[in-house]
Amino acid sequence: MEPLNALVVFLNFVFIPAAAYGAQLALGALGVTLIYGILRFSNFAHGDTMAFGTAITILVTFALQGAGVTFGPLPTALLALPVGIAATALLVLGTDRSVYRFYRERKAAPVILVIVSMGVMFVMNGIVRFIIGVEDVVFTDGARFVIDARGFREATGLAEGLALRSTQVITLVTAAVAVALLFWFLNRTRTGKSMRAFSDNEDLALLSGISPERVVAITWIIVAALATTAGVLYGLDKSFKAFTYFQLLLPIFAAAIVGGLGNPVGAIAGGFIIAFSEVMVTYAWRKVVAYLLPEGLEPTSLLQLMSTEYKFAVSFAILVIVLLFRPTGLFKGQSV
Amino acid sequence: MIEVHDLHKHFGGFRAVDGASLSIRPGTITGLIGPNGAGKTTLFNVIAGRLPPTSGRVTMGGEDITGLPPHELFHKGLLRTFQIAHEFSSMTVRENLMMVPPNQSGESIWNAWFARGRIRQEEARLARKADEVLEFLTIRHLADEKAGNLSGGQKKLLELGRTMMVDARIVFLDEVGAGVNRTLLNTIGDAIVRLNRERGYTFCVIEHDMDFIGRLCDPVIVMAEGKVLAEGPAESIMRNEAVIEAYLGRGLRNKGAA
Ligand SMILES: Nc1ncnc2c1ncn2[C@@H]1O[C@H](COP(=O)(O)OP(=O)(O)O)[C@@H](O)[C@H]1O
Ligand SMILES: [Mg+2]
Repeated sequence: MEPLNALVVFLNFVFIPAAAYGAQLALGALGVTLIYGILRFSNFAHGDTMAFGTAITILVTFALQGAGVTFGPLPTALLALPVGIAATALLVLGTDRSVYRFYRERKAAPVILVIVSMGVMFVMNGIVRFIIGVEDVVFTDGARFVIDARGFREATGLAEGLALRSTQVITLVTAAVAVALLFWFLNRTRTGKSMRAFSDNEDLALLSGISPERVVAITWIIVAALATTAGVLYGLDKSFKAFTYFQLLLPIFAAAIVGGLGNPVGAIAGGFIIAFSEVMVTYAWRKVVAYLLPEGLEPTSLLQLMSTEYKFAVSFAILVIVLLFRPTGLFKGQSV
Repeated sequence: MIEVHDLHKHFGGFRAVDGASLSIRPGTITGLIGPNGAGKTTLFNVIAGRLPPTSGRVTMGGEDITGLPPHELFHKGLLRTFQIAHEFSSMTVRENLMMVPPNQSGESIWNAWFARGRIRQEEARLARKADEVLEFLTIRHLADEKAGNLSGGQKKLLELGRTMMVDARIVFLDEVGAGVNRTLLNTIGDAIVRLNRERGYTFCVIEHDMDFIGRLCDPVIVMAEGKVLAEGPAESIMRNEAVIEAYLGRGLRNKGAA
């Protein structure tokens, strides 16, 4: 039995990757949940909004690199991120002006807005492919590791190595900062409170003199920042590909719905629940179990519940289970 | 103060408000009564900008306010409450009141970050104001309660409190007494009278309790089937035959309006 090695393998292949992925999903789900809470529809264009923000950030990153500007050990993309956010904010504000506002003024039913957002999704999809193409783009630079596997093995004398990639640390730190700022904003500032009030009871918010167009515009700007940050962190951690971002819609929606649509705390919890489930269900546990069992009892199978190709099925299954037993999500959200 | 000219609000073919004309004079507590389904709430909804009228005009102090959205009417001093009280359920009672006052420096994110001292002062001032309002309404002890946990009657008081956080010019109250016990109803009545006398609020009050209407309101407007049936002092309204018949449900089709 070698529990320490088992722990290292678990941290290395399950905990750390799932935590980073969970933070990315949480940021994505926060955007979805804010739109749902304030504008009251499920925004299917969210994945492509993330893709757009990331694409712009990548182009700016390449331009900076071309000009010889880097960010030391940190990825240059972090320098480019504010530009990506600003461009995305302009895009979503423009979309709101030219598309969503029309339906809002007619008090269109939420399902109509959902379908409209699918149209927006296709358009954004096209824009992203037009500006950056359909290929995989790797844009990570700077230091690769905070802790690398070999160094860890040599330092601890364990058989297993632990690798902690810089992008994983950056993801967790950036996500924590973004979430802290968001909650400070929602709970402490008057504008944030008026957003919460608007989400809680729109009629009453209007009667309290809160301007709906202002609340909506601020929501879009925050959503642009969250979506771009989520997309860039995901791209740094893995790579950027337009189609992958579209596929992220499912786990992101699953996270938002599992947590309770419209509830920011729920979105964060949901992000981690989905990420950990996905990683744990598709991970082959043989090595971990082998270290935990007495010698000679190593399992012969991989101990993998599902192969990684089916990872989206995990989100889907959790989504269905939660909707069956708790339609408003684990934390109280608006019911779907 | 408020003039309503030949206002119509139709839902499909159904005429919820069917050519109503009325005026609310400044400084009055005007009562609005009528059987269920008469169109009172719908009239409020149109005046207060929640629903667009099918046709007709609403003016306030001579200015056309037809179809203005509620948040703009708020800034002109026109406020209303709902038949079923609304509240920000996840906020405390005090926070509910503090949501109301507009145009403070806390509005800007810049200030929220860089002028925190001033924001804090303003918040403190607002909290004091909210507490005064709660004191006035005799629900000071509920200040830190989540508004969602209040009883129906307490929510009605909170709604009234909302209108006291600013200097309203005219306040529309929809069924202030619905689901409210006698003591609470008297509290509400006293608050309305004091606001009217001390702060010059004009009120338009929908209420089914005739004692309440008789004690507070002059004049009283009666609506039935989307139209204004009668208007006058409370005593004469209660003796008006057409009004009695409307309430007894025989309708006014054969009788003709008073
Ligand atoms: N949104 C709506 N759609 C259809 N009919 C409505 C709507 N709102 C009210 N009505 C109808 O209009 C009539 C007047 O309702 P309301 O104004 O609430 O009456 P009151 O407040 O006088 O009891 C009722 O018959 C009601 O069913
Ligand atoms: Mg009514």
